[in-house]
Amino acid sequence: MGVLDKEFLQENFVVSNLDAVLKWARVASVWQTTFGLACCAIEMMATSASHYDFDRFGLIPRPSPRQSDLLIISGTVTLKMASRIKRIYEQMPDPKYVISMGSCSNCGGPYWEHGYHVLKGVDRVIPVDVYVPGCPPRPEALLEGLLKLKEKIANESLIKSA
Amino acid sequence: MTNIIESKLKTDEMVLNMGPQHPSTHGVLRVELKLDGEKIVKADSHIGYLHRCFEKHCEAMTYPQIIPYVDRMDYLAAMSNELGYVLAVEKLLKIEIPERVEYIRVIMAEFQRIASHLVALGTFGLDTGAFTPFLYTFRDREKILTLFELTCGARLLYNYIWVGGVSHDLHPDFIRLAKEFIEYFRPKVVELNELLTYNKIFIERTANIGVLPPELAINYGVSGPSLRGSGVKWDIRREDPYSIYDMFEFDIPVGEGLAGTTGDCWDRYYVRILEMEQSLRILEQALDQIPEGDVSAAVPKRVKPIDGISYARVENPKGELGYFIISKGGLQPFRVKVRPPSFVNLSVFSEIAKGHMVADVVAILGSLDIVLGEIDR
Repeated sequence: MGVLDKEFLQENFVVSNLDAVLKWARVASVWQTTFGLACCAIEMMATSASHYDFDRFGLIPRPSPRQSDLLIISGTVTLKMASRIKRIYEQMPDPKYVISMGSCSNCGGPYWEHGYHVLKGVDRVIPVDVYVPGCPPRPEALLEGLLKLKEKIANESLIKSA
Repeated sequence: MTNIIESKLKTDEMVLNMGPQHPSTHGVLRVELKLDGEKIVKADSHIGYLHRCFEKHCEAMTYPQIIPYVDRMDYLAAMSNELGYVLAVEKLLKIEIPERVEYIRVIMAEFQRIASHLVALGTFGLDTGAFTPFLYTFRDREKILTLFELTCGARLLYNYIWVGGVSHDLHPDFIRLAKEFIEYFRPKVVELNELLTYNKIFIERTANIGVLPPELAINYGVSGPSLRGSGVKWDIRREDPYSIYDMFEFDIPVGEGLAGTTGDCWDRYYVRILEMEQSLRILEQALDQIPEGDVSAAVPKRVKPIDGISYARVENPKGELGYFIISKGGLQPFRVKVRPPSFVNLSVFSEIAKGHMVADVVAILGSLDIVLGEIDR
């Protein structure tokens, strides 16, 4: 650890700009709403469990959308569920991000043609930041999606320039 | 003193909606609870949040095309779903299946049973407040998924068991690795027992909670571990053997009320643990006896059964899964009706949740082990 094992002669100041500090904090702790929809939720659970271990990327599942930054839409969104998903999304505090996991939430997936009760893509009700393809996506694919999201967070600024 | 306070205190019934976004409803189930204080007066479950039009799809797809949709019903036990569907189609076609295929199917179904039970036990631990067992069960489940991946390339939804056979033969290493897994997994069941089963807090949360009397279970048509937890010895593998299950020796564990009353949440949980051991027994026998041979029967590329109806039922990890198929001689079935175990098992929920606390709802739902993909279809 570059900084921590050095002894500071005077008081321990680190000089940085606010933007960098905020980004560092935001990228390192993306909290996710515990919300499973269908098959993909099982792969999401597998990603968060022992073998793939989400936590090492700073992703902690939170039971309430009001405490979380990230919503992973993991599964088929039906018409009955769509309004509830919108409501869950609206309960999240800004800045908030959405990963659409799997073909179903990307575009309707295998239910595209005959699924009269399936929403053809969750992006019709809420904005999506990262799409993860697959039916269901492997845990590695979800992790890749997460890293892409982190890239996105690292490239945006919360500071308003004058 | 208490009497006076109670008579003066006027309380209203409160309606509490649990779900569809709730960490412990095992998917998108909404439970409408009518509460008197913290006691449940009435519990209604509202379903349909994951209705994916399975039966409609079946009318538009050819017989082999339906298999991937069958996977996505009970997504924790895709292999077992495929087996049931394929058996029903094969009944219509009246074809002979090579012996090796039957063995492969049984091996896959039993591995799937263990994998599904591991998820059920792990998440049941989560529901009752124990996080660690979840990590342990998922560690072991990953090993089964690796075996499946070796066989057909997929981790969760396989499309492996086909009409008249299976899509690929087993990998040359499969039998060795499967045997290694059985060796590895035996002591892990003991570990899980030490972690969770005999844990005092866990027993307090689950014993004498949600007692399902055997008569009630039978009247509601409950099946699978939930029925056997009530002490009823009923298993399709024994009562109405399909595939080659009549060739194997195994016991049917039933709940005995070791921690509390027979048929409580703990019993339903414990039956699953015992069933995993029985599955290991079946697997050992099947892996030893598996013959060489073809992995697909002579089935025409275009599966086109004659007019007729067929019904096949299998013992899924969740219970009795049945497929009713009507064929009118075309490439597509005229109608496919599913008898899902989770849907029937959920129907008993409002009956047994009455009079319990809100926190017990979670335990009861977890012990019934429902999958919403199968309930809503």
